[in-house]
Amino acid sequence: MNILTHWLRSYLPGLRVDDRQLAEDLTLRGIAVEGEFAASCGGALYEMDITTNRVDAMNHYGVAREAAAIYGLRLEPLALTAPLVESRPGTGFPVRIEAEDLCGRFTARVIRGVKIGASSGVIAEYFAALGQKQILAPVDVTNFAWMAMGHPTHVFDLDKVEGGIVVRRARAGERLRLLDGSEKTLTGDDLVVADEVKALALAGVMGGWDSRVTEETKNILVEAAWFDPAAIRSSSRRHGLHTDASHRFERGADFNAAPLANHLVTRLVVEQSGGEVEGPLVDVQVQAMAARTAERPAIRLELSEVRRMLGQTAGGQATVGEASEEGITEEIVARYLTALGCVLTRRGEGEYGVKLPSWRLDLEREIDLIEEVARVYGYNRFANTLPVFEGAVRELPHAGQEAAVRQTLRALGYTEAISSTFVSAEEAEAFRSAALAGGVEGAVAMGNPLSAEAGMLRPSLAPGMATMLAHNLHRDVSEARLFELGTVFAGSTVEVSERMGLALGATGPARTSASLYNPEDALFYEVKGAIEALLAKFEGAQPAASVRFDATGLPGWIEPGRGARVWFHGEQIGVFGELSAAQLQARKLRQPCVVASVDAQRLLACPLRQPVIAELSRFQAVERDFSFVFPDAVTWAAIDAALRGVAAQGPSPAREAAELRSLRPVEIFRDVRGKAVPLGSYSLLLRVVFQSMERTLAEQEIALWTEWVVAQLKGLGGVQRA
Amino acid sequence: MSAAIPELKQFDEAELDRVFTGLEAEVAAQARTLTGGESVETFRLEWLGRKQGRLGQLSAAWLKSAPVEAKRSLGVRFNRLKAQIESLLTENVEAGGTGDPAQVLDVSLPGSAPRIGAEHPLVKTMAEVVGVFQRMGYSVGLGPEVETDFYNFEALNFPPNHPARDTQDTLVIADQEQKPLRERLLMRTHTSPVQIRSMLEQAPPLRLVIPGKVHRNDAADATHSPVFHQVEGLCVDTRITFSDLKGTLDHAMKALFGSAVKTRFFPSFFPFTEPSADVQISCIFCGGKGCRKCKHSGWIELLGCGMVDPAVFEAVNQRREQMGREPVYDTRKISGFAFGMGVDRIAMMKYGISDIGLLYSGDIRFLEQFS
Repeated sequence: MNILTHWLRSYLPGLRVDDRQLAEDLTLRGIAVEGEFAASCGGALYEMDITTNRVDAMNHYGVAREAAAIYGLRLEPLALTAPLVESRPGTGFPVRIEAEDLCGRFTARVIRGVKIGASSGVIAEYFAALGQKQILAPVDVTNFAWMAMGHPTHVFDLDKVEGGIVVRRARAGERLRLLDGSEKTLTGDDLVVADEVKALALAGVMGGWDSRVTEETKNILVEAAWFDPAAIRSSSRRHGLHTDASHRFERGADFNAAPLANHLVTRLVVEQSGGEVEGPLVDVQVQAMAARTAERPAIRLELSEVRRMLGQTAGGQATVGEASEEGITEEIVARYLTALGCVLTRRGEGEYGVKLPSWRLDLEREIDLIEEVARVYGYNRFANTLPVFEGAVRELPHAGQEAAVRQTLRALGYTEAISSTFVSAEEAEAFRSAALAGGVEGAVAMGNPLSAEAGMLRPSLAPGMATMLAHNLHRDVSEARLFELGTVFAGSTVEVSERMGLALGATGPARTSASLYNPEDALFYEVKGAIEALLAKFEGAQPAASVRFDATGLPGWIEPGRGARVWFHGEQIGVFGELSAAQLQARKLRQPCVVASVDAQRLLACPLRQPVIAELSRFQAVERDFSFVFPDAVTWAAIDAALRGVAAQGPSPAREAAELRSLRPVEIFRDVRGKAVPLGSYSLLLRVVFQSMERTLAEQEIALWTEWVVAQLKGLGGVQRA
Repeated sequence: MSAAIPELKQFDEAELDRVFTGLEAEVAAQARTLTGGESVETFRLEWLGRKQGRLGQLSAAWLKSAPVEAKRSLGVRFNRLKAQIESLLTENVEAGGTGDPAQVLDVSLPGSAPRIGAEHPLVKTMAEVVGVFQRMGYSVGLGPEVETDFYNFEALNFPPNHPARDTQDTLVIADQEQKPLRERLLMRTHTSPVQIRSMLEQAPPLRLVIPGKVHRNDAADATHSPVFHQVEGLCVDTRITFSDLKGTLDHAMKALFGSAVKTRFFPSFFPFTEPSADVQISCIFCGGKGCRKCKHSGWIELLGCGMVDPAVFEAVNQRREQMGREPVYDTRKISGFAFGMGVDRIAMMKYGISDIGLLYSGDIRFLEQFS
């Protein structure tokens, strides 16, 4: 909506501030001026942005009323300075409201003997400045009245009206051609302005074609009415017609504006097109409607409530007499509410009855009045205070765990990412896992999905991770380490279960160089290492036995034989592995991607590990390497268990397990040609460190340990290499 | 190798000066030609060599024949010459003049380090905002991303026909039509439902900061994403006022963006607050003078806020009674304020991100800039 300050100032003769200052003062009161341009009629053109609850201010007089309240100025009455002369006697045009629940007020007036031409004077001038198209003078007048006071009016060609006006519900199937030329079939819920014979206009939405004012029109009937918001809203929706009139009526028009608007239009039509006013203004009102709008009962306002809600005002910079460190005074309340059109009646000490202005249907409660006081007084004239607090600050139960997960993963080289909350139905089916969703089966469908690919709530972060890895690979970024921590969903559209999920994604060459792994396997072990490091942050991950990896029961999105399920304290907490060939193909990927899905909800519920420091040995550590060839069936787990698990029963009962301090595989070698190492076997270089807490181990003791280790490894089927 | 011994006509000061100046110049000139390694060793041998060194030969020749009164002066000059040679040798050795060239490091090669993952700009920004309020006594609150109409709309005083309820704005879960309106499931469109959940669980006083993900049925473009993040705040107690709201947000904005930042409050409209306000901060790029980033206004709009609408407290009380709890949010005694801000918008402004989609792409090239 646009406002001309030239027009605005015609209602505010006492306004002294310039257009720039006026724009700022209005904006700070919520009547926002978004743009300011020079207007051809002089002054500025404001582009306004006014919140939808303030339809009353979406016109020149409404903005002028705000300015009057801000500056304490007198507001001129609405262009009614010249009294109307009823030059032709008459009894008033017959009007009957049949649909009393939908039409609250209807005013009508007759003008005879007009000569229709183009608009001139101030209307032409303002229309040019606003870029508003001129039509015919009487129609321009109704548009002018709309922009002046925000009340929709209509002019009929009186000679097309047969008998009196009847405001009634349309008959089902009744047809009406509207001003835009469209022909509508009406329903019994539509409200029409009709004559004794036919419908003339779709009430509150649009006038009719047949009764419109044309260049040939001689006699005019001016209408200004008040219609029920709900009725106009449904009518406007039903017929797909959103007009200025329907916009205002559905948000609540001013019940008392109808006769004023009729006066304004009548006077301007006579000014522009000549003619004579015939008889008095007919003003039919429905009392029940008046009681709901213009005649609402006064509401109570207590000064103590105003002060309780608003607090302290800033001293100093306010106008003399208003400034108070102690907050809003009774005088300020009375002044601003009165300026806004409220009528205050003092009921007692600091208590008022406030009668609400007919144009402010948005005001209903005491808090609405408190807001008005604060708004017009100026938000920025309140002090900045800080409330006292006597409560305790509570941390989220898992805040520490969440921070540890993020920090650990970043340190491991994983960058945090956030992906879409939605996946396709195929992805939801392929990636959902009740085991990682607290036992909840199913996935949840969206009712109005953003797209076909986003039809479901993600049951896992793994598909989103695969999508993000693909995003990078498709942009020539061949190496990525990502993680996401976020909500995953299971259940059904009846009941949705939410929990915290975690995904890791890795693609590109492994970042850790170890001669232990085949190059094509190294990425898997890197992700496994990340998972181990992550779990090690939590209580109970030591001893290692509480963390278990098992290659069975893999979901279809993982390539067979290339993944593992992760168990923590006997429960599955995650699954990871290389994306299956089908998954890679669906995403047009050629390079392996390892993705992990972790039930973060379960993990975060575990306490973080509290380090308990082991005593450090002061004695020499001795390192020994063992090179063995094992059949493929002998896994590292078996070797580790054989050496570590029974270390307590070492070479002599006196030896403590602690003497075998560490044990790790250093190199694994397989010979595809079966020459250096037979086919079906692999060679393992094993490094063992011996160290005692009590003494330096003697040569013979080391020898005993070495023999024992060799014996254990042979016992597993190993053959010692030369 | 050994050069001729320069002629020393007599042992007076002037003659000694002339001869030694000549020697010093010769040493300096030779040193300048050194190319490291062998040449340095040759230079050392020529001058300081135990047997053939010229210094030894000169001192042998001259000191022997010098009169007693000139010996001291001659000795001082020999020492000075020797010190010059030694210092030149040290310089050349330190410059890598000696040693195996194969072991010499090219220190201009880039260093190596394990790559550290980057913090997501939204997670980082959210943590910063939350941290500011935690230090002001706010506890962190969280809520579900799938909400019911009751928590997302009804209890927050959204009338049944409010435009924000239209399916254009809200992403809804399938098959909800059979349920009563208030029980229908949807993706929360703001973090405000956590206000209601918290007030149902806890009695005042309440100070909560609520970070979270929200969804709207918006077409994606450079500044809109159907997925985005908010941080919500709620402070409820006896005697909480509008000036407290102003002071709290002014303080928080200064803590977030620097103490020079100013705040400005405008009337606004939200169904669940009254009075409602939009808050602008003075432009953090130009300090309020006006620049491209603030569209030459000097101000940046950052958050919405207001006093908790009494209708919200009433909805909470009603539900609390249904749950068998005390309706402790007495609108004549209790008041509060709430505020909310878009995390994406703040992050985009702070880091100069022009496309919101980058935040949800997982693009390594974008994300690693935050490491």
